[in-house]
Amino acid sequence: MSTYKLTHLKELESESIFIMREVAAQFEKPALLFSGGKDSIVMAYLAYKAFYPAAIPFPFVHIDTGHNFEETITYRDQLVKLLGAQLIIGSVEDSIAEGKAVEEKGFSASRNKLQTVTLLDTLDIHKFDAALGGARRDEEKARAKERFFSHRDEFGQWDPKNQRPELWNIFNGKKQVGEHFRVFPISNWTEMDVWQYILQENIPLPSLYYTHKREVFEREGIIYAALPEMPRRESEKIELKNVRCRTIGDITCTGLTLSSANSLEDIIGEIASSRITERGGRSDDKRSEAAMEDRKKAGYF
Amino acid sequence: MKDTTGYLDMELLRFSTAGSVDDGKSTLIGRLLYDSKSIFEDQLQAVKDASKRLGGGEEVNLALLTDGLRAEREQGITIDVAYRYFATPKRKFIIADTPGHIEYTRNMVTGASTADVAIILIDARNGIIEQSKRHSYIASLLQIPNVVVAINKMDLVDFSEDVFNKIKAEYEEIAKVLKLKNVIFIPISARDGDNVVDASNKTPWYNGETLLHLLETLPVRKDETKLPARFPVQYVIRPHSDDFHDYRAYAGRISGGRFKVGDKVTILPSKTESIITAIDEGTKSLEVAFAPQSVSIRLADNVDISRGDIIVNESEQKPTVSANISLLVCWLNHRPLNEGGKYIIRHATEETRAIIKDVHFKVNINTLENILDDKTVKMNDIAHISIKTLKPLKYDSYSENRITGSLVIIDENTFETVGAGMIVHNLEDETFTI
Ligand SMILES: Nc1nc2c(ncn2[C@@H]2O[C@H](COP(=O)(O)OP(=O)(O)O)[C@@H](O)[C@H]2O)c(=O)[nH]1
Repeated sequence: MSTYKLTHLKELESESIFIMREVAAQFEKPALLFSGGKDSIVMAYLAYKAFYPAAIPFPFVHIDTGHNFEETITYRDQLVKLLGAQLIIGSVEDSIAEGKAVEEKGFSASRNKLQTVTLLDTLDIHKFDAALGGARRDEEKARAKERFFSHRDEFGQWDPKNQRPELWNIFNGKKQVGEHFRVFPISNWTEMDVWQYILQENIPLPSLYYTHKREVFEREGIIYAALPEMPRRESEKIELKNVRCRTIGDITCTGLTLSSANSLEDIIGEIASSRITERGGRSDDKRSEAAMEDRKKAGYF
Repeated sequence: MKDTTGYLDMELLRFSTAGSVDDGKSTLIGRLLYDSKSIFEDQLQAVKDASKRLGGGEEVNLALLTDGLRAEREQGITIDVAYRYFATPKRKFIIADTPGHIEYTRNMVTGASTADVAIILIDARNGIIEQSKRHSYIASLLQIPNVVVAINKMDLVDFSEDVFNKIKAEYEEIAKVLKLKNVIFIPISARDGDNVVDASNKTPWYNGETLLHLLETLPVRKDETKLPARFPVQYVIRPHSDDFHDYRAYAGRISGGRFKVGDKVTILPSKTESIITAIDEGTKSLEVAFAPQSVSIRLADNVDISRGDIIVNESEQKPTVSANISLLVCWLNHRPLNEGGKYIIRHATEETRAIIKDVHFKVNINTLENILDDKTVKMNDIAHISIKTLKPLKYDSYSENRITGSLVIIDENTFETVGAGMIVHNLEDETFTI
């Protein structure tokens, strides 16, 4: 028999499943952060595979900004049912009502930053000691050096100088009381890998990822959905366009792409020839070149 | 619509890069990303702006593409392992980009631990320097199967065949001493792209492949049919549901060889025997599975197995089961190794405690000589030590298996990962004679 061959998607899947099982074995109370974006959808399916036929041994946690596309919520509820997972919701609106977070004002107001408050609060209330996230290293410069097991201090903060070396496939999740970990099982995946995996595994996606007609407007070169959650300036005119989401988050920071792609094959073709990163369509990163790094230090990913 | 079938059929290759400051490592990585069209316009624009701001004029400084965190940006150096990704129609690549300075030996070791290929950069003008030897030593220590020596800045030595051959001959001596496995030499110019992606017309005397073509064709993995099967048990799957009432499977990642349904297996350390009745991968069942697949294995008998145990093939060579272990260690922490001290050990899926029995010698990784008089093992030092573990480990030597032959040492108080260990049976046989 000749040498066995594993495709890169199989190898990435195997690595991610290994990490999810490590988390289940090493931590007392892990949780999977579910945003509704394609990366966390892939994470949900990987978790299902990792423990099948047993139930996923950790709940999904959704930090709800209250500014979600309707489709995201419908999809989330269906997925949780399909995979037999448990869902916990942390509400940014509650954090604002409780005075823990203060709503930003103005046209570029976003609840993205406030998410951090609700996230840390939710982790704290439920005493989660590890939070699995779907961040990838290829997304942004500051993430290129992120560990699979990312250590956070008592305040949920990330210290780039105090991260543990990770060698071979040995992951050290030991921690002091009060400390916790963020774990990123799909660190080594690229955007293309994620799409290819969705195609290979035949994973259903929210319709927002495919082309649809929508009322949109443009701001600083980015196309946004014209919805009540998104305040508009007088000069920002609404137009009807064929668009799709490349990544889905809170409405206020999800940029849309002009597209006619209505199948996964089309999307993959589009991405292969695309010359703009997916984060290029996210306004939260545009604020400054080091925006992501600052938010990471504060306890966001 | 694009054809996507090719992409679903690609393999994954992991490589590390090492070079001294200014040898052109960032430029080379930037070149690979750029020429393989893995750079997006918004990234490129940011780099163009930065190049201009830093006084580089209109010329794009490719090195800026791989630049990391802000603190490091300000200092103008890379101080941690950064991972980069690119793909060609043939393969997906993961680059472990590691800084080359002696202070960062630990980062190089980290980056090399998962690499299939090490690219070692040498500045054609300077030839082999002390640092090149250190990078090669690490490639040897971590047993990277392939070493590519990229002799860079050939444009500054008029693409001279003589210069190339002299460096090559000198390096071959080092490779012999270090028992490096597969060593390949390529004359390149990272800045101009010669022999990186496209063959250069300035090196007619060079008949070898371009760097990218080499990376696309080097064998990714060993022949798993020839290696002893190893399955460290990671997690026990017990659904306790009506549909799967008696289901019990052992989940893990195969760390060597292959397993088939029907195989007679031995479970260590208990030495219990059983037969594989099923191999599950998610919702599918497989007839055969091999490294590095993550699967779950079901057995014929209801045996007592837990995380940390290892399942092996009954008819193949067994791992060693012992509490006395000899290893080469790279120290990773600013607090020196404490001879006689107690530490936590993590080996495959096992965790136990250990005492450091002996520090035999340190290695001067620049001269490759042993240091016998100074046995303080500080950060970035490499040493040969012996430990005694509380629970016996089930291990192979690192040269036989990079997973069952490696371990990490964890500080009992801070829980930091302080040491990386490579298990040796017999130092003389397995590594080069130090
Ligand atoms: N002439 C020439 N210069 C090069 C080449 N590769 C890199 N350089 C230059 O060498 C300097 C250091 O390169 P850089 O990639 O930053 O080195 P690093 O410190 O190894 O990452 C830069 O000014 C590069 O433009 C090459 O092949 N030829």
